[in-house]
Amino acid sequence: MATFDKQKYLYKRPHALADVVTNYCPGCTHGIVQRLVCEVLDELDIEGDTIGVCPVGCSVTAYDFYNCDMAQAAHGRAPAVATGIKRALPDKVVFTYQGDGDFASIGTAESIHIAARGEKVTTIFINNAIYGMTGGQMAPTSLPGQVTQTSPYGRDVAYSGYPIRVCEMMQSLDGVAFMERVTVDTPSHIRKAKKAIKKAFQYQLEGLGFSLIEVVATCPTNWGMTPQAAFKWMEENMIPYYPLGNFVDVKAEATEEAK
Amino acid sequence: MAKVLMKGNEALAEGAIRAGCRHFFGYPITPQSELAAYMAKRMPKIGGTYLQAESEVSAINMVYGASAAGVRVMTSSSSPGVSLKGEGISYLIGADLPCLIVNVERSGPGLGGIQPSQGDYWMSTRATGHGDGHVLVLAPNSVQEMADFAAKAFELGDRFRMPAMILADGLLGQMMEPVELPEELDLADLPEKPWALTGTKLEREHHIANSLAMEPQDLEDMVLSRRERYRLIKATEQKCEQIMVDDAEVVVVAFGAASRIALSAVNAAREQGIKAGLIRPITLWPYPVDAVKAAAQHAKAFLSVEFSTGQMVEDVRLAVNGKCPVNFFGHTGGIVPDPSEALEAIKLSLERADSGEDFEILPFESKLGLDGSFGKPQAYAERTA
Repeated sequence: MATFDKQKYLYKRPHALADVVTNYCPGCTHGIVQRLVCEVLDELDIEGDTIGVCPVGCSVTAYDFYNCDMAQAAHGRAPAVATGIKRALPDKVVFTYQGDGDFASIGTAESIHIAARGEKVTTIFINNAIYGMTGGQMAPTSLPGQVTQTSPYGRDVAYSGYPIRVCEMMQSLDGVAFMERVTVDTPSHIRKAKKAIKKAFQYQLEGLGFSLIEVVATCPTNWGMTPQAAFKWMEENMIPYYPLGNFVDVKAEATEEAK
Repeated sequence: MAKVLMKGNEALAEGAIRAGCRHFFGYPITPQSELAAYMAKRMPKIGGTYLQAESEVSAINMVYGASAAGVRVMTSSSSPGVSLKGEGISYLIGADLPCLIVNVERSGPGLGGIQPSQGDYWMSTRATGHGDGHVLVLAPNSVQEMADFAAKAFELGDRFRMPAMILADGLLGQMMEPVELPEELDLADLPEKPWALTGTKLEREHHIANSLAMEPQDLEDMVLSRRERYRLIKATEQKCEQIMVDDAEVVVVAFGAASRIALSAVNAAREQGIKAGLIRPITLWPYPVDAVKAAAQHAKAFLSVEFSTGQMVEDVRLAVNGKCPVNFFGHTGGIVPDPSEALEAIKLSLERADSGEDFEILPFESKLGLDGSFGKPQAYAERTA
């Protein structure tokens, strides 16, 4: 017979996750990813030494959702702000949390150069192929043919250009220590995503360089779908264009070379 | 302490280091390059950070991050680069973060030229970025002051939790003068920043560096409380140098390198028996309104001398408030005025003091013989007809 003193929590709010109501829409994947980040901060016991940087976009007020110290950055500038913090406090853990408009459009220069410098910072990059907070405009990662508020007839690549595959683009930069593309549509994918996020922070703690996790995500509100339909659309349309998997792992490469 | 011969840009860099600055983020631009180069050489030797950013925009946002983390941090640039920093400066103001921004001005607009100018007076004192805020602005006029003002700027910025700017120009940045370097501050004596993002250690509530307020009432409260701080600064921090102003009939107002030309002209006027004096604003924001107002009680005319087509002259007019004419003389495009030209403008100011009308002398018009038609729209129309 089980005794009460052997009982323990199997699932509870991570300490790093603030006990507040978020401003995310029903079915939005931001909540899952932020929870994963907080679970990792707890498990690595680094919440008290971590400073996060939130972007402009739907997660603009994420400074209220984390219990660690937080800076709010101008649109696209989170990598620069994170660099300033890390250079001032090299012993602290620094992460940015950014969407596709922030990281892959207005902040492209900052994004590429934080990676090129090998800044010991972790970036969580949410790719949901649309501008969420401003009401559903075409993003740098919107798919060819995708209908948005500013591509009402579908994204015409001959006119508006092609989507950017961030991991593939940044793969050639030597400053990147770890880079993986994940998603959070199923329990097994969520577990994989958490493992990748944890590794990204661990590589930072080991001083190996810049680490980036791209999360292929949904935006049911601006895609005009139910959460279930959004996951289905994502699986059928986004994952083929943005294949999941690891792009850079300097430790694995070192092991490979040793062989 | 023995004096050393230094370039203005290098003196400012050394002054900043001695004021406890250990973090510099910048992007190359003429004519401030020696400042960044000096930092690149010195910082690694003293455990500091010199980081060349990918852009001016990135550099100012690195400053934002380092300032939020609680250290004394600076960036330096020149006019077009400071335009690019405007966004970041606005965020620094909005998040109440102190830092030092150096502008070694060149002439504009656009790419303009790399010669000295004061064309960024409006940008510095009025609108360093979007929104409703200010930065402190200090204007050195010698290599000695380039060395000394970094400490002043950091002290003011930390005390009032806002960015401070040193507005220099290519002349001050590039010229060499003997300078007595300021005392080195002990890093342990720098003011504490209990608001900084240093990690909670799970011992306190989290700190947030932020300029966003979703509720209009919250934002108005934030902006108004900043406004209170600005009032206090205007009441207590106005600084200027006054030379022979007490009995002056013509009060020349000039800042930075232009003030040295203006002083030569004032001295020459005195030799010719003209009662001229000089007010040299040291703080451009807050503007030394009180000194100008006091001088307006006895002056017959004011003359603003600037390396621009007339920007600070508007602040002089606001302070004089119609008591007497406020005239303007300036060169732009990187041309440094000759004191003899400024002397002519002083004489003209006295001659026309009773007219009650302001005038401006720009080189294009003075070449036409100072016939009184300069600056008048109909004169331009006749010339171009």
